[in-house]
Amino acid sequence: MRTLHKFHGGVHPPDHKTESSRLPIAAAPLPQRLIVPLRQHIGTPATPIVKVGDHVLKGQMIGAADDFISAAVHAPTSGIISAIEIHAVPHPSSLPDLCITIVSDGDERWIERQPLDYRTADPDAVRARLRDAGIVGLGGAVFPTHVKLSPGQQKIKTLILNGAECEPWITSDDLLMRERAAEIVAGIKIMAHLIQPEEVLIGIEDNKPEAIAAMQAACQSTGFEVVTVPVLYPSGGEKQLIKMLTGKEVPSGQRTVNIGVLCSNTGTAYTMHRAVDHGEPVISRIVTVTGNVTKPQNFEALLGTPLGELVQLAGGARPDTSHYLIGGPMMGFGLNNLDAPLTKATNCLIAVSPALFPPKPAAMPCIRCTQCAQACPCNLQPQELFWFSQSKNFDKARAYNLFDCIECGCCDYVCPSHIPLVSFFRFAKSEIATQDREIMAAEQAKQRFEFKQMREKRERAEKAARMAEKTAAARAAAAANPDDPVAAAKKAAIQAAVERAKAKKAEAVAALSPSPQPSPTRGEGANEKGACFDLPPSEQSTAPENNTEPS
Amino acid sequence: MSSPHVLTPGSSVSTIMLLVLAALLPAIAVYYFYFGPGILISLALASVTALVAEAAMLQLRNYPVKYFLTDGSAVLTAWLLALSIPPLAPWWLIVVGTAFAIIVAKHLYGGLGNNLFNPAMVGFAVLMISFPSYMTQWTAPLLLSHHPVGFSETLQYYFSGTLQGVKLDAVTMATPLDAMKTRLNLQHTMSEVTNMPIFGMFGGKGTEAIAAMYLLGGLFLWQRRIITWHTPVSFLVALALVATLFNGIDPNRYAPPMFHLFTGGAMLGAFFIATDYVTSPTTPLGKLIFGASAGFLVYVIRVFGGYPDGIAFAVLIMNAAVPLIDAYTQPRVFGHDSRTKP
Repeated sequence: MRTLHKFHGGVHPPDHKTESSRLPIAAAPLPQRLIVPLRQHIGTPATPIVKVGDHVLKGQMIGAADDFISAAVHAPTSGIISAIEIHAVPHPSSLPDLCITIVSDGDERWIERQPLDYRTADPDAVRARLRDAGIVGLGGAVFPTHVKLSPGQQKIKTLILNGAECEPWITSDDLLMRERAAEIVAGIKIMAHLIQPEEVLIGIEDNKPEAIAAMQAACQSTGFEVVTVPVLYPSGGEKQLIKMLTGKEVPSGQRTVNIGVLCSNTGTAYTMHRAVDHGEPVISRIVTVTGNVTKPQNFEALLGTPLGELVQLAGGARPDTSHYLIGGPMMGFGLNNLDAPLTKATNCLIAVSPALFPPKPAAMPCIRCTQCAQACPCNLQPQELFWFSQSKNFDKARAYNLFDCIECGCCDYVCPSHIPLVSFFRFAKSEIATQDREIMAAEQAKQRFEFKQMREKRERAEKAARMAEKTAAARAAAAANPDDPVAAAKKAAIQAAVERAKAKKAEAVAALSPSPQPSPTRGEGANEKGACFDLPPSEQSTAPENNTEPS
Repeated sequence: MSSPHVLTPGSSVSTIMLLVLAALLPAIAVYYFYFGPGILISLALASVTALVAEAAMLQLRNYPVKYFLTDGSAVLTAWLLALSIPPLAPWWLIVVGTAFAIIVAKHLYGGLGNNLFNPAMVGFAVLMISFPSYMTQWTAPLLLSHHPVGFSETLQYYFSGTLQGVKLDAVTMATPLDAMKTRLNLQHTMSEVTNMPIFGMFGGKGTEAIAAMYLLGGLFLWQRRIITWHTPVSFLVALALVATLFNGIDPNRYAPPMFHLFTGGAMLGAFFIATDYVTSPTTPLGKLIFGASAGFLVYVIRVFGGYPDGIAFAVLIMNAAVPLIDAYTQPRVFGHDSRTKP
């Protein structure tokens, strides 16, 4: 029996999981229209590689991953590309994004699916397969998996599969583990093959006995260990799960690989198995549809399915539904538009009613009860961070480690004063990020300006040096050839001109006495202009070049 | 629509305050049993004064009166003050103390959540300094009294300042802490003092039972996770340790630790006053430092200071140090090697 380590804090919100876990996963019918966002992962959005009017096959790549940190997207079914345009997507910002719309032809005709034997294939070929199959972390962060499985020089000691699913209401990973444990384990084998860890641990919260039993059965004779962890939100947080299973803390600001651990979601392992062993890219996922719907259930639905259709499959929303949540109630975000499609990151859709999710009463002042500090899984002091964020004392908020906050919502959940703490922390983080950008921009501008001044000084010095050299050369030449007839003639001509001018001036002085003084203002004005730019006119034209200078 | 979208069912400021008030009920019942109805009149007067003062201040400060009045914090302040002062006193004593606590110590410092000093203890200190004679007249336990004061007599005293047929001296007695201090100064031995009829098993007759009820109420609050163990435990352990040390040096001059734990306001202070959220530290280490320092100061004031008990002044002194304690006791954040530096 493995000894588990405790992380600080945590909360026990009512889990509401049985609502949707009583029924098996149902296959959602083929929708008429699928809207596939090009940005379903962290990193560079996929580039569309199809045109409106093209006919595509099921599983055909329609958006390519051009960058290293990117992932491809695929046609979830066969049909015609009807639009490539901005469309509503499920995102915390509520902003629409570029999507490819496919009108289904109803044939479900696949591309040629080619399994890859990862045991014999080059590891880079396997990673390329993952990228081109659009494999991303399905635990919520949707980070491209091929990047994650390229740990470079870091030796991974422990591979952790996250099946904790600690958020209330969500059961998609639970049902996937119950029904498709063997396929998940097949996917874990691919991960293990790529990174060669010393141990593989699968962490599951102990409120999922069927999933634990199924995974244990599937893990027999693999050497993978299923570890049951007690129910305590946020045990499924990457850092918290790693701490529980290994006792190690990911150092602040570093990544898990720095302590030799790699953590991945069980759903990701499943998609890896489909992609490598079956040649099927990520075109569907399991999604929990629950909350204020008449028949909560998990569905296997094609990516791009409008979320409204999933609500209908779950029996429709009850009349008192106010809005919807994507993800769980602790970290998910609100959704108003059911036209938004199912994406790789959408693990749960919750219909919200005031009865199921009572709105927060008006906030009271903080009474420093420290319920938040006792609940914080990062051992932060949210009451201090709140105080600093509210008073916009951002330096202090940063010094008290605001950026270690994982926004899990525990502090908010327990606050008897109903203060929206996480919102305050998000606000402070974004303000600090803005300040940092401004400081960086100012610093860059300063560097550019100083570089420009330095260069101008250097150029002036060089010019003066060149001039001095030229004059010296001319003098030397004159001195070397005193009898040069051309030079002598020139000299004589100049001398004659000077004489003439002198004679003319003397004449004028004699005629107009007293002579007028030259106007002083004109000369001073010219000086002012020069001082203003601090540049001789000939050099002013070089100013625009500044833009292209290195910073 | 920003996460999280759920909140702890039934959790609110008023729930917390009501639980703390409920935790005081056993002690109030025992108080009534031993000392008669004076405490009930005192509690009622204090509560009404607190609510009126709170409502007036909220109105003046443009706060939603009803929403804040029902949070229960004003009534809690009132009860803590009423339980700290003698149960037989003219009506204006508790009214002045409570009004000062709510108006000056709470609202002039920014209201709920912002006051630096414990309002009930500020009210107590004001009364102690301004009206010391009333603050030291404690009624004798009914069991020892030759003339037990009934409800109507108590009420009469509250509002007229006289008792029919008897002098006030006939119904009041020195408190155990007071007796201990004065008798020891008169060179009585410890056993002579503790053999006086006002002494019970560890502390005073009656008062030690009330202290036991405060302990019970405190354990209830700890079990309901309203308070953590840090402050009460460090408070009582520090008090007991210093008492043990001096008692060990000269048992004839210094009372044993159990006496200090079960007399005066030690238990009330440890579980209900030093644990006040707003005016005590928020970090676990800070709570330990705060509790231990307050417990130590209580002993120093009781034994070497000018007042019979030292809860209020010990807590007020430590209140002033809370921002400093918090700044220097920040815990180690997940993924960091050391504590957060101020």
